Amino acid sequence: MAVRRLAPTEKQPKEFAFTAENLDWAKGQIAKYPEGRQASAVIPLLWRAQEQAGGWVPQKAIEHVADVLSMPYIRVLEVATFYTMFNLEPVGKHHVQLCGTTPCVLRGADALKKVCHDKIGHEHHVSPDGTFSWVEVECLGACVNAPMAQINYDYYEDLTPENFAKLLDDLAAGRPVKTGPQIDRQFSAPVGGPITLTGHVGDGQPDAGAPAPAQEPALADADAKRPGEAANVREEGVPKPPVGVGARGRRTTRRE
Amino acid sequence: MTKIVVDGIEVDVPPEFTLLQACEQAGAEIPRFCFHERLSIAGNCRMCLVELKGSPKPVASCAWGVRDCRPGPNGEPPQVSTKSPMVRKAREGVMEFLLINHPLDCPICDQGGECDLQDQAMAYGVDSSRFQENKRAVEDKYLGVLVKTSMNRCIQCTRCVRFATEVAGVPELGAIGRGEDMEITTYLEQALTSELQGNVVDLCPVGALTSKPYAFTARPWELAKTQSIDVMDAVGSAIRVDTRGREVMRILPRLNEDVNEEWISDKTRHVVDGLRVQRLDQPYVRENGRLRPASWSEAFRAIAAKIDTTGPGRIGAIAGDLASVEEMFALKELLGGLGSKNLDCRQDGSALDPALGRGTYLFNPTIAGIETAGALLIVGADPRREAAVLNARIRKRWRAGPFPIGLIGPRLDLTYPVQYLGAGPDTLSELAAGTGDFAAILKNAERPMLLLGSGATARSDGAAVAALAAKAAVGLGCVEDGWNGFAVLHTAASRVGGLDIGFVPGQGGLKTAEMIGFGTLDVLVLLGADEVEVAPETFVVYIGTHGDRGAHRADVILPGAAYTEKSGLWVNTEGRVQMGLRAGFPPGDAREDWAILRALSDVLGRRLPWDSLAQLRSMLFKAHPHLQRIDRIEPASADDVHRLASRGGTVGEAAFAPLVTDFYLTNPIARASAVMAECSALAHGAGALRAAE
Repeated sequence: MAVRRLAPTEKQPKEFAFTAENLDWAKGQIAKYPEGRQASAVIPLLWRAQEQAGGWVPQKAIEHVADVLSMPYIRVLEVATFYTMFNLEPVGKHHVQLCGTTPCVLRGADALKKVCHDKIGHEHHVSPDGTFSWVEVECLGACVNAPMAQINYDYYEDLTPENFAKLLDDLAAGRPVKTGPQIDRQFSAPVGGPITLTGHVGDGQPDAGAPAPAQEPALADADAKRPGEAANVREEGVPKPPVGVGARGRRTTRRE
Repeated sequence: MTKIVVDGIEVDVPPEFTLLQACEQAGAEIPRFCFHERLSIAGNCRMCLVELKGSPKPVASCAWGVRDCRPGPNGEPPQVSTKSPMVRKAREGVMEFLLINHPLDCPICDQGGECDLQDQAMAYGVDSSRFQENKRAVEDKYLGVLVKTSMNRCIQCTRCVRFATEVAGVPELGAIGRGEDMEITTYLEQALTSELQGNVVDLCPVGALTSKPYAFTARPWELAKTQSIDVMDAVGSAIRVDTRGREVMRILPRLNEDVNEEWISDKTRHVVDGLRVQRLDQPYVRENGRLRPASWSEAFRAIAAKIDTTGPGRIGAIAGDLASVEEMFALKELLGGLGSKNLDCRQDGSALDPALGRGTYLFNPTIAGIETAGALLIVGADPRREAAVLNARIRKRWRAGPFPIGLIGPRLDLTYPVQYLGAGPDTLSELAAGTGDFAAILKNAERPMLLLGSGATARSDGAAVAALAAKAAVGLGCVEDGWNGFAVLHTAASRVGGLDIGFVPGQGGLKTAEMIGFGTLDVLVLLGADEVEVAPETFVVYIGTHGDRGAHRADVILPGAAYTEKSGLWVNTEGRVQMGLRAGFPPGDAREDWAILRALSDVLGRRLPWDSLAQLRSMLFKAHPHLQRIDRIEPASADDVHRLASRGGTVGEAAFAPLVTDFYLTNPIARASAVMAECSALAHGAGALRAAE
């Protein structure tokens, strides 16, 4: 994370005010909070301002939200600079937030970053045609389908440099794209289809892949407090053999 | 009360105490950065960690209540340890984290020598760092002409943010960004607009916020410290004057719970450069229309020559806003000796009359008493600009709970919400008659207050307005058994002292407005009175410190001593007698004012009966015994207010006008100060200053 500042003056719009529709909505948000606590609505209002301003929060929007909520400007600026999902600089039509946290990096997010560099340009910069901008963000909570990116409001998962490049091309060309996993996978189910709970115990057709059903519930309510092993008594970890060059290609956790 | 054991010492403290307060009660010293008694608790510096028996981790004592501590298994009182190895290790860890990003620039830092971080690093710091990465670098921020920033040093205690929001009431400072990138700033680096902003420099535990005018001028250990009293307003804040050699380097607040707590206004603090420039350091005599330097004896002869040919009814004297009681007493005795009754210490034209009793011109409920008041009506005053520290006290009361405040006079931003009632005496008449919502609020409140400002009394119908205000105060229950809520707020440090010793026109004597008029007087002595415009033809003797309005008009100038250069008594608006001490000597041939008057009396053949300040004071105390009770208030009788209320009179139509139009330029010292001029320009929207930087 870097120091976050408002966009330079030349990029700032001259004025900002909520549309009548948004103002009505904002009043609804403010009404949710008790009298004297209107400031609690600052985040929803800033978010709506960001949507109205085209994906970023201009200075005048901060001031407008402060005026609507009768807050000092600095208090709203504090909130806008604290939360990184408020963009303080203009963004492209498609704003790519590429996850750069450990699970995604382990699954190849670095290669996606290179794609962004090649196709869009520098981080935090809008591409010359205004179509794209990209930033690296922290975990977006879709690690099971890593690596992933969020583009505007949608998640795109199971990315590879190839399908990510194609995705960006499709978005740029305005072609319809598929959200969610970009490979043959349903949501976060295993690749290639479900491998557990494929059958029903009672129908006499035991599921081939599933383990044998347990004879009794693993833990009945009464068992909850059963003394077990203390949490700090653990099996000693066995160091893994060093990863050799030849082993690199085989390092995968995907069930094949 | 709850029992708690701190380091083996059992103490009994109220349950609402924090652990930090309980530990201090037991005599343990707790280091802290973010915690401050007068600000809300932030709990973010973690320096005050202590060990609480039964808690797996050390706890932040500033944010942990005594009532939240669990007793021992058999009901023993909770045990706190402030010196255990765990505490020490925890604090050393915190200190190491704090020092990770703190630059090692103490040798060039203005806070050096009086820095909390420096002091506490001596106790908990280590001499080396394990941090291999680059230190954080933060851009310095512009906060105005008084506060200099060096943001690399900031440890993000947020004391300044809390002060600006809570005490000063101008929520302009904030912390933007987060984590390592958190920065203290104002919105888009606009200058602070508070009259109390200098206090953030005192609050800053490191050298991130330092005084801009004082930057790189002195080190704390080379300064001589003199405890004194401020004269910039009628509050009489306790100050410490730091001098190097004969030069005043800076002024800092001193703790006085009854008056200023630990805050002072910016004018009090930053007026010091005005003490050095524009000073009158030798007598002057006007010859052929031009002032020329003269010796003391020449100057005295010129005065004597004029006074000898003038009748007593044609001589007068006006005391200025900064004069001490002693010199006013000496001048009064001198004029009495000459047979003149034309004296006035109310150069603003205020109609407050000491003949009606002391209770009619004092801030009777006392400044600390504001905190016990239940409602407040402000009449013709601007406490924010006339007495900034007192305004902070009103704001403190307002923050503490429901405190309805009504305002009659110009519409003002006083840093707290007020119910605007009206602009002039007619609104006050309505209230005095008991009509209106706010009259009911005052009536129903416990211990209501009426704050009467100079904007209401310093006008031609001032006496009637004061009587009307007293009538309203009595009628609305402000003056009851054991509570006198009739509060007169003065704007000048000398005023109450002057009224106390009766420095007002005698029988048939002339008031300020008459004395400065054309053709009424032949000789007028101005004792530091610069806010009056004296008509031509009058022979003006100016005793003062600065080449200001009074000196320009004068025919003879006698150079006097400023408030840091003499020992003197001042009586603040509450009637509290306070003694200021001498921190340095007046420049050149200038002398202390009482000594000038004593020497002049000799030349005039009316020798005053004292040869030293001690003798003068004993005469003064004999005449006015209450003045010898330093730091005390001689309570005034509530009957005075009743008497004033029954006087009546016809009030005019005109709206109350503020008396202090420019907070930064109210007296000759402040007008000589470049810093105050800059502040004034900034406050009046000179954006060009900012652009020129």
